[in-house]
Amino acid sequence: MIAVCRLDQIEVEGGVAALVDGAAVAIFRTHDGNVYAMSNYDPCARASVLARGIVGTRGDIPFVASPMHKQAFDLRTGQCLDDAAVRVPTYDVRVDDGLVFVGPPQESP
Amino acid sequence: MKTHLRRTIVVVGHGMVGHRFVQAAIERGLTETHDIVVVGEEPRPAYDRVALTSFFERGAEALSLLPEGAYDDPRVTLRLNTSVAAVSPRQRIVTLADGEDLHYDELVLATGAAPFVPPVPGHELKNCFVYRTIEDLEAIRAAAKRAKVGAVIGGGLLGLEAANALHQLGIETHVVELAPRLMAVQIDDVGGRTLTQHIDKLGLTVHTGTMTEAVLGKGKVQRLALRDRNPIDVDIVVFSAGIRPRDELARAAGLDVAERGGVLVDAALRSSAEHISAIGECAAVDGRMYGLVAPGYDMAEILVDRLLGGDGVFAGADMSTKLKLMGVDVASFGDAFAATDGALELVYSDAVAGVYKKLVISADGKQLLGGILVGDASAYGVLRPMVASGIELPDNPEDLILPASRGNVGFELPDAAQVCSCNDVTKGDIIAAAAEGGTTRAGTTCGSCKVQTKKIIEDYYASQGRVVDRSLCEHFPLTRQELFDVVAVHGHRSFDQIVEAHGTGRGCDICKPTIASILASQLNGHVLESGNRTLQDTNDAYLANLQRNGTYSVVPRIPGGEITPDKLIVIGEVARDFDLYTKITGGQRIDLFGARVEQLPEIWRRLVDAGFESGHAYGKSLRTVKSCVGSTWCRYGVQDSVQLAIDLELRYRGLRSPHKLKGGVSGCARECAEARGKDFGVIATEKGWNLYVGGNGGATPAHAQLLAGDLDRETLIRYLDRYLMYYIRTADRLQRTAPWIDALDGGLDRVREVVVHDALGLGSELEAAMARHVDTYFDEWQATLDDPDKLARFVSFVNAPDVPDPSITFREERGQIAPAVSLGATISVGAPQ
Repeated sequence: MIAVCRLDQIEVEGGVAALVDGAAVAIFRTHDGNVYAMSNYDPCARASVLARGIVGTRGDIPFVASPMHKQAFDLRTGQCLDDAAVRVPTYDVRVDDGLVFVGPPQESP
Repeated sequence: MKTHLRRTIVVVGHGMVGHRFVQAAIERGLTETHDIVVVGEEPRPAYDRVALTSFFERGAEALSLLPEGAYDDPRVTLRLNTSVAAVSPRQRIVTLADGEDLHYDELVLATGAAPFVPPVPGHELKNCFVYRTIEDLEAIRAAAKRAKVGAVIGGGLLGLEAANALHQLGIETHVVELAPRLMAVQIDDVGGRTLTQHIDKLGLTVHTGTMTEAVLGKGKVQRLALRDRNPIDVDIVVFSAGIRPRDELARAAGLDVAERGGVLVDAALRSSAEHISAIGECAAVDGRMYGLVAPGYDMAEILVDRLLGGDGVFAGADMSTKLKLMGVDVASFGDAFAATDGALELVYSDAVAGVYKKLVISADGKQLLGGILVGDASAYGVLRPMVASGIELPDNPEDLILPASRGNVGFELPDAAQVCSCNDVTKGDIIAAAAEGGTTRAGTTCGSCKVQTKKIIEDYYASQGRVVDRSLCEHFPLTRQELFDVVAVHGHRSFDQIVEAHGTGRGCDICKPTIASILASQLNGHVLESGNRTLQDTNDAYLANLQRNGTYSVVPRIPGGEITPDKLIVIGEVARDFDLYTKITGGQRIDLFGARVEQLPEIWRRLVDAGFESGHAYGKSLRTVKSCVGSTWCRYGVQDSVQLAIDLELRYRGLRSPHKLKGGVSGCARECAEARGKDFGVIATEKGWNLYVGGNGGATPAHAQLLAGDLDRETLIRYLDRYLMYYIRTADRLQRTAPWIDALDGGLDRVREVVVHDALGLGSELEAAMARHVDTYFDEWQATLDDPDKLARFVSFVNAPDVPDPSITFREERGQIAPAVSLGATISVGAPQ
């Protein structure tokens, strides 16, 4: 896992993009203090933009809405909530001593 | 030749009633057995004469009842521009003006009425008009261009409509009425005085109790001589002193006519000649003529029923009237003058507000017999059906006319109550239609029952547990307007406060930008302030417009589209140095495309240093105020449209609103700025500025409509301040001004009441809110460049701020960059593996 930034560089209910092993990874911080990481690439829009989306909740699911066309993605699994056939890869992420660490992409659930 | 099986109906007259007859004939299957030939003398198909005054604002097309120009039934032939010369009842032939004969099996006379012009000397002078057809209005409008003062002879319902038309054309208007009060047929003395008070306030002059003795002038109208009064110098005279039935064909054919004119018909609408019927204003049913559209529609329906073999009869009509004259509600219904023996009157009068309401109640206090409402006719929807259905009055009948905040609640109409008198639709009909998901004609003619109809439908849905859900999203059970008020009342300053107090969850891409916009409208803070930024859509979050490949476009403000060569060169240099694609926008500015997130601050540093500021192309906020070149250069211009456009753009720049806002200013009536395609459009006149509101382009284009005319600059800005703030406070999320106006109860009239007449007393509050905005405006980009915290967001990668996003690549097209198709994997998880 590599350290990408300080936790306080990510706003609550905001996201940042980080370069991890040549891939763009979006890292989000939710209101309940959790941190999530997924690919920054929005497969619906075919652009690397997810870190710039709005973070919120749908029912109990924490999600980010793509800034391009507003498709919602479950922050925990990368599953698109508006299209069962679409999912973005998620990454291992951990916060240690105020630093955010990102690991390799996770296996599909 | 016709086959002997099919029969022919000839309809003479294609006004509202003739049209309704044909519609009903098609709908009810009469055309299965009959061919219908409709002959109309006007050049266009039937149109809504009730709404004739709105012709100047909306044009002929909007008034048309048959915009397609033909009926969707091949068995109906419509012959316009065609007059009938004679009718021969014996041969059953109608002879047209050109000599052609039409055979009929049944003849329907729907020839309507003609304005009555009293035989005063000079009534035939040039610039004397009547007020009945679109052609009349066109002629009045043409003459108005060279006129300053006009007079309407007749202070009845139609006379006041005509006066309103003159007033709208910017003419100083006088109304001359023989009777001691306005609308003498419908309302009493106090009602008339209240109405006069409103009309005076609008700048018209009312002369009641006097007679026009002569129209004077050499060749054309110059002066009006009144009995016992000083003469008035006028350029235009409009006669609107009543109507007379068009019964001349019937007279010539030897049919019986009523004593005071009109084709005499019985309750089955049959004339004295076989196979000839008459309906509408030309008919005198048992000797009585009805000058309203609703009874005419009734007659049309009854006649179709008769021709189908039914036995319908016309049993008289409810002559109740409700209308809005120059923004003033006037209604009269039932026994308005308490003619019934022992009738009691219950009166509510507020001379300051200009409201007068009178109920006429039976001697035993149990039945409502009629009433008069002036200044506030909102109770009409409940009161008139009470008269028609004979419902017993509630214990405190005064509650029915007290101001809405005190009474007028909890009273339930029975199903049999007629809600729409124009189309005879009862409350039961509306509920039945709502239950089936169908529609009725309620509210489609005069529109006075729309509010009542809407409420009945909403109440019905509520009773079924099917509440119309107007919640913003799953997190807030409030509309945007309610949320706006809640935020203002509680003085909330952050999303966290608002969601904790009034919502659930942590918000979404719908409520967060909405709340960001509401906070910006009320507090005018920086959209990138901590706690604000995560609420913003990506365009606002980066103060630029996201494009398809993840880059942004940049639009500096160019107020009114005016720019110096030096500034043009700066834009060119910036575009060249950062290799941006450039395009001229529809709003008279320049869009620079292909900027990566991390380039935005550098680009803006250059632009701000050269004197540019944010153009807010990324915001739901004021975009541009487009202008034509105006009187400075244009040889047709009458006012300096560029200066006004710049002033308005600078006044409203940065104003966050429910949707984007665009404006336009044209320096003359040629309208080169296309101002009527904007949310607010200003068009120069010789005397000042006309203000139009509610226009837009896009998927559902709308032409802006006239809100007020010939305004001086100060009044124009005051009205605009009020209009924009009223919109910002009350519109739904992403609702532009045109659908907002449509959705308001009362539509454009409501906007005019609030903005021009200050009916809600909100005027100064709305102006103060706008003044706060203007005083606290700052350039968002300048403020961002000055703040390292805000600038920290503008990086490609948090851990590699200088590395450009490798997924963004460009190709070349027509000598500039264009996004290259990006590669990237989509992962499919649909099917089980």
